[in-house]
Amino acid sequence: MEQYYSYRIQLISIIVSLAFLFYISRLIIKGKLREEYAIFWVISTILLIIFSFWRRGLDIIAHLVGVYLAPNLVFTSAIFAILIYLLHLSIVVSQLHDKNKIMSQELALLKEKIMKIESIENKDSTNNQ
Amino acid sequence: MNKNFKKLAVIIPAYNEQDNIAMVVNDILSIKYPGFQLLPIVVNDCSQDNTAAIVENLDCILLDLPVNLGIGGAVQTGYKYAYEHNFDYAIQVDGDGQHPAGEISKLLLEAEQTQANIIIGSRFITNNGFQSTAMRRFGIVFLKSWIKLFSGITIYDNTSGFRLIDNEVLEVVQANYPDEYPEPESILLFSNKGFQIKEIPVLMKARQGGESSITSFNQLYYMIKVSLAIFYTYLRTKK
Repeated sequence: MEQYYSYRIQLISIIVSLAFLFYISRLIIKGKLREEYAIFWVISTILLIIFSFWRRGLDIIAHLVGVYLAPNLVFTSAIFAILIYLLHLSIVVSQLHDKNKIMSQELALLKEKIMKIESIENKDSTNNQ
Repeated sequence: MNKNFKKLAVIIPAYNEQDNIAMVVNDILSIKYPGFQLLPIVVNDCSQDNTAAIVENLDCILLDLPVNLGIGGAVQTGYKYAYEHNFDYAIQVDGDGQHPAGEISKLLLEAEQTQANIIIGSRFITNNGFQSTAMRRFGIVFLKSWIKLFSGITIYDNTSGFRLIDNEVLEVVQANYPDEYPEPESILLFSNKGFQIKEIPVLMKARQGGESSITSFNQLYYMIKVSLAIFYTYLRTKK
């Protein structure tokens, strides 16, 4: 009865999630993805892999939390997780923006200070000649 | 400057440490070790309190970061300074007074005698002094096995920041050092680069004030992040 999905989709989802995990690992190893952002991706891929092997798991969990159709649980939790992660990324971007601004300002002030020092030094050396 | 002296950079990352920082720096300045010149370098990680103002009046170098980088980024700034100024050794001493200045000479002596590249000051070899909470110790034991799995070496106090490194290691870490919670994962970096690591017992105190970089709220995050980072550092740097 519960076999309303075929083994074909199970195989496809296993392959896709494994490929995804492999790709994420490569990104981290190459230093293109930092571990703190990778945690989300690694954990969600591991969940994907678990549920693509353990097909009954979805039904069991859906039943536990009182959702009648397992796919609805998948959509709801996936959308929820994506929303939260998007919010997290917006916060990260905002912080980066602020830090970037502070650094540029600091650099401009430092440049001004160095130019002042250099011009004083130049005057000193011309006066000495 | 006398050429026969070796130079040791004492790198002190400080974040909101106005209550302790003067004591920490002065303790370091009071140490004399024959043949060595000690220079305290305070890296102020964008503190919101008076840390920078206090340090300006002390006899040491102040590197004042305009944005908060986290402990690893702050320490790395100190490493970059030490590397540019050709220091022979660098040691990290936390700004909260956990690492007593008197223990620095133990690490130096060990480095001079064994020629190991990295000397880690450890709380857990003889189990003297401050021992941290049970939860943390459990985490550290787990990390010990996790690190051993990938590097084959056993480091008991893998979260200890009290480390002495020589100029070979300095060249590596000034270019490449993790920002957050750098201690455990950098062990993998060191072992994959073929550096010799030694761990010796030191006496640590409980922090004198300030906050740990690891609060109880994010201990789980810490464990996941660090375990993952160790695994990927292993993959990234293995030959």
